[in-house]
Amino acid sequence: MRWFWIDRFVEFESGKYAKAVKNVSLAEEHLHDHFPGFAIMPGSLMIEGMAQTGGILLGEVNNFEHIVILAKVPIVTFHSWAVPGDSLIYTATLTDSRAEGGGVDVTAHVGDRLVAEAEIMFVHLDQKDSQFGAIDQKNFVFSMNLLGILDVGQAGDGT
Amino acid sequence: MASRDEIFAKVQETLVDALGVDDDEVTEDATLVDDLGAESIDFLDIVFRLEKNFGIKIPRGELFPENLAADASFVDDGKVTEEGLATMRAKMPHADIDSFADDPKVENIQSLFTVNMITNFVENKLNAG
Repeated sequence: MRWFWIDRFVEFESGKYAKAVKNVSLAEEHLHDHFPGFAIMPGSLMIEGMAQTGGILLGEVNNFEHIVILAKVPIVTFHSWAVPGDSLIYTATLTDSRAEGGGVDVTAHVGDRLVAEAEIMFVHLDQKDSQFGAIDQKNFVFSMNLLGILDVGQAGDGT
Repeated sequence: MASRDEIFAKVQETLVDALGVDDDEVTEDATLVDDLGAESIDFLDIVFRLEKNFGIKIPRGELFPENLAADASFVDDGKVTEEGLATMRAKMPHADIDSFADDPKVENIQSLFTVNMITNFVENKLNAG
């Protein structure tokens, strides 16, 4: 399985906000265990999708020169849940961007229904930092691989 | 100019948001790590929020100096030396170094980081500005 928790961006305004869509599908293996007979998108993976949306928004401000790491989720509230067939729309608004990192406020909606909202804090890491080797790759919000998401959808409708 | 009480109230609000604690836990004497459960990344978060809430700029290492115990001449037998204490006094006029000097064990350094220390720091900053 690949660590992509958004399918594509639908809106992106540099330095301001980004909107990404995540289509929940019953083909996702974990939904059969979470939970048997009651498939719902795990909240932790929703946070991951919100962090990928917000992390790319923040990374783009600096032309992806820094590695952006999910540092902290000070606040997250789940109001509802998402099931297979739902299209989750993550809307991330950049609240802070500075040399050390930044922050976003993110909401998750299915249609008009607010499913979750969170505040997420990121820090920048550069290869020259002494702690670089100590960081677990899984904390990376994006690698160049994930950035391919920015190209998704361009071929399909010819634009 | 903001009064000490106003500054404290805003510091309290900042810590409630950053650390997810209740406002009655954020007393003047509460220590960030032991009493309020702050972890390393929280220190950066606190700095970000203070800058935003008070409209001030906090250069890295000014509020929470890093690697205080890293200089070999500052530590002897697990205790901060007089030289180290003098440096801490100079670097951290907002912290209660005198109380720390009574038992200057290296592991007590983090108990310097109190709510009161942050309030002092912000007050000094606002007065200087």
